[in-house]
Amino acid sequence: MTQDVINAVGRETVSAPSLGTRILTHHLLWPAVAFVVLIVACGVFSPGFLDITIRDGHLFGQLIDILRASATPLLLALGMCLVIASGGIDLSVGAVMAMSLAISLTFLKGSASANSVPTALVAIGLGLLIGLAVGLFNGTMVSVLKIQPFIATMIIMVAGRGIAMLMTKGQITTVYAAPFKAIGSGFFLGLPIPVVIAAVVTVLVLVVVRKTALGTLLESIGINRQAAHLAGVPAGAIILLVYGLCGLLAGLAGMVYGAPTMAADANNIGLMKELDAILCVVIGGTSLAGGKFYLSGTVIGALVLSTLERAVIIFRFPSQTTPLFKAVVVIVICVAQSRTLRERIARRSLRVQAAKGEVTR
Amino acid sequence: MFMKKKIIAAGLGLALAVALTGCGGDKGDTGTDLIKVGFSQLGAESGWRTANTESVQASLSKENGFDLTFVDAQQKQENQIKALRDFIQQDVDVIAFSPVVETGWDEVLQEIKDAGIPLVLVDRNVNTSVVDPYVTWIGADFKLEGTMAGQWVAANYPDAKIFELQGTMGSAPQLDREAGFDAEVGVENIIGRATGNFTRAEGKAATEAALQAYPEMNLIFAHNDDMGLGAVEAIKAAGKVPGVDIIIVTVDGVRAGMQALVDGEFNYIVECNPVFGDQIAGLIKDIMAGKSVPKTTIVVDAAFDQTITQAFVDARAY
Repeated sequence: MTQDVINAVGRETVSAPSLGTRILTHHLLWPAVAFVVLIVACGVFSPGFLDITIRDGHLFGQLIDILRASATPLLLALGMCLVIASGGIDLSVGAVMAMSLAISLTFLKGSASANSVPTALVAIGLGLLIGLAVGLFNGTMVSVLKIQPFIATMIIMVAGRGIAMLMTKGQITTVYAAPFKAIGSGFFLGLPIPVVIAAVVTVLVLVVVRKTALGTLLESIGINRQAAHLAGVPAGAIILLVYGLCGLLAGLAGMVYGAPTMAADANNIGLMKELDAILCVVIGGTSLAGGKFYLSGTVIGALVLSTLERAVIIFRFPSQTTPLFKAVVVIVICVAQSRTLRERIARRSLRVQAAKGEVTR
Repeated sequence: MFMKKKIIAAGLGLALAVALTGCGGDKGDTGTDLIKVGFSQLGAESGWRTANTESVQASLSKENGFDLTFVDAQQKQENQIKALRDFIQQDVDVIAFSPVVETGWDEVLQEIKDAGIPLVLVDRNVNTSVVDPYVTWIGADFKLEGTMAGQWVAANYPDAKIFELQGTMGSAPQLDREAGFDAEVGVENIIGRATGNFTRAEGKAATEAALQAYPEMNLIFAHNDDMGLGAVEAIKAAGKVPGVDIIIVTVDGVRAGMQALVDGEFNYIVECNPVFGDQIAGLIKDIMAGKSVPKTTIVVDAAFDQTITQAFVDARAY
């Protein structure tokens, strides 16, 4: 890119972009800056915000709360990021959250041994299974039947809550089961379990995608599915895989989100969370057009999102302004990330430098 | 030819009507005809609504002289409009419903009015251009609930530094409970507000942040029990004692909330009573008897402090 810009201005070329340029054009820069600025601003505004203490043998503090709150959007956004990279979108994840929680809590409620660990594992397995099933259904619609992803996944977005409602018979199913509750509110090695789950899943996805050819193949599909197919990439199978994974992770997210309260509210669990997930992906620098994707950016996106929600209260903004505050920060990040804008600025500064050079010569 | 067809159709209709009333007549054991009521409930979005539904179904029973058709709209207006049109088709004696939203009812309310069927609005209200759309409205007064909570706080903790956990922004319970409460305690005593969307998870998250943002707070007013329960979790996690270090006042009176009150984690609950099926039944009987009924009926809300007992909570219907 630097090369093109310099050629366009008609100056002699520079061999390689400097470290400064590499940092300034790095896709993680702006989301990371936004995250750090938000955290520091909260710390300045509210002394003690950055403190992490140990209470009852586990870590406690605002930063830990933010990590815990980031777990659910992150689980959704990792799957969403891969789906978006394939050139698709998955609008069903919020409804899948409601379905997985509904099936697992309905199972626990009907079980005689809800407080035993094996029963909790079966309940979690059922939730994951329904997520996977919906994901594979979405993937089949998109890859085999070639239905547009927006429409294909909207089917479950709309119908999923109805299915969840059938499972709970239209009521809010509540049950008490300590082992299941632990996946949402327990601690492991001093860290909240949702954080541990999200971290493990992130590492697994990163390894699978980046240490194998999967990530590259996925990008090739997102950039041009036809060309990828002609080049021998098993596009159909890979698309099925990413939708399946996205559904599976949404199922997990539903249980992690719902476990602390143990109430399967089919109408409200995961409501609008698909948009939060898409937002995390976009804040992370991945284009909705598909192709190149950034899982690390998505992680930061999830952190930015949950920090934003907390910052509103820390800054003592009235709750009416929460959506506005969120929107302003997202706009700033997206504008800062805009390739076109950055190229224009780079071109202008080069022109200024060039003009200066001519004067001194 | 044309006339003949019409007459046959009318005859068929008459026969059908006779057959139907014949059926209805058989059911009345006491000799009096059952009052046919169509009730459209908006959904089952909370424990409160479920208790309300059970109360309505129990009160509008055959034993009490009602033939109830109950339809759950699952929080969709189109379902509710369809149910109301079905009720008109069935020519029920009285229609009762809890509108899921305030607007968009003009057409169907006009149809009900044209059909001459008296309408009872339950719990929520409508905003319509139809003149005099309903006979009577029955429900809770959210503002009064806020006022009752505020009076208790003003009397017992006049110097409290109050944080307010708001319900879903813009919803009637949020606006009215806040207005009633704020007027009693004085806006200057409320040091902060944030929404918890009426849910336990978001109530907890908001309280976590509020404990950091407003370290001096010593009283939380939550617009419902669920958010109050979330606040209890957050306060415990922060190493403070809910109900002692931070006083908690809520509205609703669902079982988990009442239990928290017995356990000393809540300090005061203003009940939002869902069990008013018997009052609805009374209103409908008065309407059918041609008596005049009040335009609005406020369901009486009680309030509880920590003096209630476990036995009292266990004996409650919801």
